[in-house]
Amino acid sequence: MQALTNRGQEVSRKPMSFMERLYIPAILKGMAITFSHIFKKKPTIRYPEEKRPFSPVFRGLHVLNRDEEGRERCTACGLCAVACPAEAITMEAAERLPNEENLYREEKYAAKYEINMLRCIFCGLCEEACPKDAIYLSETFAPANYTRKGFIYGKEELLIPNPKTEPEAHAKAKGL
Amino acid sequence: MTLLAFDWALLIEKLVLIAVIVFGSLGIALYTTFAERKVAAVLQDRPGPNRAGPFGLFQPFADGLKLIMKEEIIPNTSNKVLFILGPGLAMTAALMTCAVIPWSSHVELFDRKIELQIADINIGILYVFGVVSMGVYGIMIGGWASNNKFSLMAALRGASQAISYELAMGLSLIAVLMLSGSLSLKSIVGEQMADGSLWNIAYQPLGFFIFFICALAECNRTPFDLPEAENELNFGYHQEYSSMKLGFYLFAEYVNMIMSSAVMACLYFGGYDIPFLDESTLAPNIAALLGVGALLTKIVIFIFIFMWIRWTIPRFRYDQLMNLGWKTMIPLALANMLITGAVILWKAGA
Amino acid sequence: MSITQIMFFFLSALAVFSAIMVLVSRNPVHSVLWLIAVFFAISGHYILLNAQFLAIVNLIVYAGAIMVLFLFVIMLMNLNKESEPNKHIWMKLAGAISGGCFLMVMVSLVRQAADFQGKEALVGTGDIGLIKNLGKALFSNYVVPFEISSVLFLSAMVGAVVIGKKE
Repeated sequence: MQALTNRGQEVSRKPMSFMERLYIPAILKGMAITFSHIFKKKPTIRYPEEKRPFSPVFRGLHVLNRDEEGRERCTACGLCAVACPAEAITMEAAERLPNEENLYREEKYAAKYEINMLRCIFCGLCEEACPKDAIYLSETFAPANYTRKGFIYGKEELLIPNPKTEPEAHAKAKGL
Repeated sequence: MTLLAFDWALLIEKLVLIAVIVFGSLGIALYTTFAERKVAAVLQDRPGPNRAGPFGLFQPFADGLKLIMKEEIIPNTSNKVLFILGPGLAMTAALMTCAVIPWSSHVELFDRKIELQIADINIGILYVFGVVSMGVYGIMIGGWASNNKFSLMAALRGASQAISYELAMGLSLIAVLMLSGSLSLKSIVGEQMADGSLWNIAYQPLGFFIFFICALAECNRTPFDLPEAENELNFGYHQEYSSMKLGFYLFAEYVNMIMSSAVMACLYFGGYDIPFLDESTLAPNIAALLGVGALLTKIVIFIFIFMWIRWTIPRFRYDQLMNLGWKTMIPLALANMLITGAVILWKAGA
Repeated sequence: MSITQIMFFFLSALAVFSAIMVLVSRNPVHSVLWLIAVFFAISGHYILLNAQFLAIVNLIVYAGAIMVLFLFVIMLMNLNKESEPNKHIWMKLAGAISGGCFLMVMVSLVRQAADFQGKEALVGTGDIGLIKNLGKALFSNYVVPFEISSVLFLSAMVGAVVIGKKE
């Protein structure tokens, strides 16, 4: 058979010499290697105190966005639910009432919007499907929970804080 | 009243000594578990346990608390009495060894000369052997009483390993005993401390090497940890154990490690002897304390080497283990014994 | 009563009780464990006689090695209550009578032996059980039987190796 690269090496099958069969030199060499690791720098990131920065393309927990005036952008069109390969998104639409213009941007809005984080595969297709820029994936991940129910995130978990009424929380959620 | 005519102060002295030594060794064993994790971490470029207390120093207590709080499971079909007796035996056998180890010379307190050794019996090292051979029962009874065929197999494997390496250990020991002419650990140490005499390691490097390897096997340490190979053999003989009964087995291993380190230090490294220092020039109490320090330092170094080996060498296959024990260690130990005997005779004749 | 006497009676009671338990236990593993208890009690007696070497060797050889091999065999055979053969009551009676006769003969022989008469056990003072004296005795007075028995052991070992080698 022709070799694919010229880096291949013949396996040596010659019987071991007496020194090799003693194994002691090899063991001592191994122990020297492990000992030298005592003085090596430890690459551990001590998690709660230190955090590894996420890359900008990281796909984490979903956030339902608001516009500059603090109105929800989602119109419950259902494109994200259709795009979702894991069928993690469900929603219920409702019509905006006349006195709710400051809450919702369009006439139709999502009265209920749920993402099951146990089903979600964080592929980001919902983000790409959304015509209104209403959903995007943040740089955090879903924290642990005691029950399965706790992993079904509703609007109160997903919605970004209102930039008008709570600007600090909004800025924090945006990661600024 | 002959019953009361007896040195009560001696009794109290010995009881205090026993309590100090037993709880001391348990405390050291507690921190040996911590050291094991730290050493493992450091050798693998990790920080190791560092959450409980400063530098993770309370980690052993957290581990112990965890083991105690765990649910106690006794399998339905197990033999209840023996199931509980197993870990108890393992622990007792491990702790009983400390009775003959000379921790230091003597201190003078309240006008009494207190030997820092629980019992200086004239067969000291054989006593250690006897107790170690009892340790096998902890493994066998535990494995059998679990009524689980895998536990039983692992127990038999562990016991045959222990018996095989005990032989080589005893044979390598005979050479030391021929040199010192005594079985008492105290006089073996005393001989090495005497002026102009070297530690036994200088005369018995091969013997020490064999003894050390057999000690690794006796304590079920890597590369001989087949009885409890946790990842591939499912924890071996203590597979069915949970909670503090499991803790006892694990803890007994660490106590065994300390005791075998102490025995090795006494036999080959001068026990509580401090190198390049004449103890007789010091006040006896200070010399005794320094001696305890020296012995503990030697023990710590040995324990570190045990751990260092654990994180370097992979486990033996079972047939390799038996081959090494019977076909390498025992002939080597016999040869060592013969050579030592010949040299002693030649020196005596010359 | 001195402490030595208390210890003697305690150890004797322990030895007899454990020996009875060896016979009475239904489970062979329990029998072996009781037998180990017997060895411990006997070793205690050796220590009372100041024969420390004999005591510890008794423990190492019998309790530590031979009994472990017994346990090996019994554990691997997986004996339990069901597999125990049901012996007839007459068989048991005959066994008890013949065993009792044997015991009587042994006791009377020991009582009549001239060597034992009018002698006391050297409790805590004798020194023949110490390793030095024992070694001297074995290698001077009893050197021929000692060497013969070691040759016997050697031949047994060679035999075991030959049996163990399957070719």
